[in-house]
Amino acid sequence: MTNSINEITGADFILACGTNTADCHPVISYKVNQAVRKGAQLVVVDPRVTDFAMTASEHLQLKPGTDIALFNGMMNVIISEGLWNKEFVENRTEGFEALKEAVAKYTPEYAAEITGVPADKIREVARAYAKAEKATILYTMGVTQHTCGTHNVFAVANLAMLCGQIGRESTGVNPLRGQNNVQGACDMGALPNVLTGYQSVTDPAVREKFGKAWNCTISEKPGLTVGEMMSAAAHGDIKAMFIMGENPVLSDADAGHVVEGLKKLDFLVVQDIFLTETAQYADVVLPAACFAEKDGTFTNTERRVQRVRKAVEPPGQALADWEIICRLATAMGYPMSYASPSEIMDEIAGLTPSYGGISFARLEEKGIQWPCPTPDHPGTPFLHAEKFSRGLGKFNPVEHVPPDEAPDAEYPFILSTGRRLYHYHTGTMTRKGMLGEFFPADYLEISCEDAERLGINDGDKVRVATRRGAMEIAAKVTDTVPKGVLFTSFHFAETPVNMLTNPKFDAIAKIPELKVCAARVEKA
Amino acid sequence: MALVTVTIDGQTVQVPAGTSVLDAARSIGIKIPALCHDPDLTPVGACRLCVVEIENMRNLPASCVTTCTEGMVIRTNTEKVIEARRTILELLIANHPLDCLTCEKSGSCLLQEYCYEYGVTSDIYAGEKHSYPIEDSNPFYLRDMNKCIVCGRCIRACEEIVGKSILDFAYRGFNTKVGPFMDTPIGESECVYCGSCVAVCPTGALTEKDMVGKGRKWEAKKVKTVCPYCGTGCTIDLNVKDGKVIGVTGNPDGDVNGRFLCVKGRFGYQFIHSDKRLKTPLIKKDGVFKEATWDEALGLVASKLKEVKEKSGPDSIGFLSSARCTNEENYLLNKFARAVVGTNNIDHCARL
Ligand code: SF4
Ligand code: SF4
Ligand code: SF4
Ligand code: SF4
Ligand code: FES
Repeated sequence: MTNSINEITGADFILACGTNTADCHPVISYKVNQAVRKGAQLVVVDPRVTDFAMTASEHLQLKPGTDIALFNGMMNVIISEGLWNKEFVENRTEGFEALKEAVAKYTPEYAAEITGVPADKIREVARAYAKAEKATILYTMGVTQHTCGTHNVFAVANLAMLCGQIGRESTGVNPLRGQNNVQGACDMGALPNVLTGYQSVTDPAVREKFGKAWNCTISEKPGLTVGEMMSAAAHGDIKAMFIMGENPVLSDADAGHVVEGLKKLDFLVVQDIFLTETAQYADVVLPAACFAEKDGTFTNTERRVQRVRKAVEPPGQALADWEIICRLATAMGYPMSYASPSEIMDEIAGLTPSYGGISFARLEEKGIQWPCPTPDHPGTPFLHAEKFSRGLGKFNPVEHVPPDEAPDAEYPFILSTGRRLYHYHTGTMTRKGMLGEFFPADYLEISCEDAERLGINDGDKVRVATRRGAMEIAAKVTDTVPKGVLFTSFHFAETPVNMLTNPKFDAIAKIPELKVCAARVEKA
Repeated sequence: MALVTVTIDGQTVQVPAGTSVLDAARSIGIKIPALCHDPDLTPVGACRLCVVEIENMRNLPASCVTTCTEGMVIRTNTEKVIEARRTILELLIANHPLDCLTCEKSGSCLLQEYCYEYGVTSDIYAGEKHSYPIEDSNPFYLRDMNKCIVCGRCIRACEEIVGKSILDFAYRGFNTKVGPFMDTPIGESECVYCGSCVAVCPTGALTEKDMVGKGRKWEAKKVKTVCPYCGTGCTIDLNVKDGKVIGVTGNPDGDVNGRFLCVKGRFGYQFIHSDKRLKTPLIKKDGVFKEATWDEALGLVASKLKEVKEKSGPDSIGFLSSARCTNEENYLLNKFARAVVGTNNIDHCARL
């Protein structure tokens, strides 16, 4: 997020795109509620009529995968009506002319044709966003899990810069991250092309710095992403894998392909707290401590580094992941030893400018938001205050491209996936205990109109199929999804929707198109 | 911001204009009992326990809804004030089941605390008591409306914080009861089980179901940590007794969330002590997992990784790190992949 979660309460206009915030980030939806109670306008952009969308003053129910057309349409209105922030555009950005040209054809009428959102609504929302004193944009996977995911994000950023709704309190472009430490995993260099703090492996100075600190030679060749690794495994190019705390068999697109890759490996190690669906394919399984059994830090979606504290002992012989890695490195002839995670953080701070001032001692009282370059730096609640990281903010004009798979005669529906309030990710944690008891199985949302046509009643078992696979699941006949759209979550191994989803990914961020694929449904 | 000066129990204090008398008193360490007031919710002035004496004002105003004005002279502990508070407490417990012996809230119940402080012992008004059944219609929390003092905090939390507005007052007078619209069971309402109502309830009317019988409030050690679920990063307190997590509560100092959580953060902790947890390393032999020691397992992993690296090169090995592990652990796996094995093939499920 460019801004902080608590700043949302101070916004007077909130544009929530592709986020079912009330279910996926409930406490953030509390902040939205507080802002709305103080008079802020909430606009939700979502193909589904979620409970959260129902609380909005405007719900733009766009067709899945048409976000760019909507944002471009809004920018078209803002430019043609002269509502953009001229001072901001003049002083802080570049490339305005190109943007203006690119959005010229996206008249509200044209955008309406693509998105299904009435032209007048596009006009109204565009005006309100541009005129708001402090407008914030929240978005999640609904925006990024598309083949054009990166372009969707560009479109959002273009809109914010055009109106100068960034670089001030309670404004900004705010992706809400799905998993508790997904921000931290990225910050820590668990990515194939960068080391900690997004320092590129292709930069010789970076490689030299880390090579010296770690006493090694850093490879200059960027590595493979999850999806690429799975393909490489299937082709026999990746021969061994080490998977720590992930369950790609349920979480990744086209899971059949993932399983094929894992089966083909010569050697697979899985380190986790449960024997997950992925661990079943392992040659060696290492028992790890869970969050309550270890010390460390997590970084949340607003870049706040916070202390995780050990409360109880791990079960049996399970060990904290950091201890296991240290032992394994040592067994491989690379001695690694730290007295505690606090020492590891000191090493991180030494190598990572944005974490430079972070230490466990400072985190004792309060979390700190990076960038925090020095021990006396208070941290950064919002980014881009004086200037953008690259100096001037660059407009990146983007064009609407239809999703990779469009519905056709054989697969006439759009299947979309997401999360449920009561569960988390692949359900390994939430299905044990009260949450599992309360929400024991998933269902497929289908519109009343489609259900009637297909003779499907609420609760009926249906078979849903795509070009990659099929599964059976109970139907929920509902007004939540529009005609032609199906929706379910990926939390349940019994209804593994990722056997069906499209692994075709965005060329830049390599995020698979989990939000849209063509599907067929019939009574089972 | 404009400041006003007031005198409370002889102490002079400057507070920003608009501050309530209650907050002004609390800011200088003067205790005033309050039942319906909650710092995170709109003040309503319903219970009147927070009354004080203010010069030139008739009656005893409720301090939570009285704003400080310049030169105000306030007394918080006069005979009259104490008597009024005692009467309110006596009336409250007149129809209250005095179940403190077994009540889950005992030790952190405000009604109990204030009765103790004001020496309100037994029900001198010995009134009619309610006999509502305890509502047990969901796996997360219990509602014992016999212990409800109709302070309305739960109603306001649900509306003002969560934005759900599930709860409201129903019926009138002695029969006033808090519940979903038309007094239907919670299980049939749109409740999202965030437990915010439970968090603000000053009495034992709302309690976490799983914590029943697990230990007294004062026995649980609270360990402040971060929720393991979504990226919001709420601060939670793990309540620990005898080496076990017996429940989760919010922490008023939570940077992001204050005391408020969602259903996952508050009630999703049972996996910690699940008997399905992995307890030893496992090595697959002939398709079946066999328990192994750490030395065996790590020895095997080390030799296999070395073998693959030597035979097929470091780039034939791939690592998946985790959005659920700590920063320190992600850092170490990154270091392991790049320094020990020598590949940049490391990623995690960030994109999902
Ligand atoms: S709610 Fe408070 S006063 Fe009532 S029984 Fe429980 S602890 Fe005692
Ligand atoms: S649990 Fe949450 S949603 Fe349900 S009544 Fe209480 S505050 Fe409202
Ligand atoms: S249930 Fe608790 S919070 Fe709600 S009105 Fe009764 S005593 Fe107050
Ligand atoms: S309590 Fe809920 S909103 Fe907060 S971090 Fe946990 S899952 Fe997210
Ligand atoms: S606390 Fe002031 S009236 Fe209840």
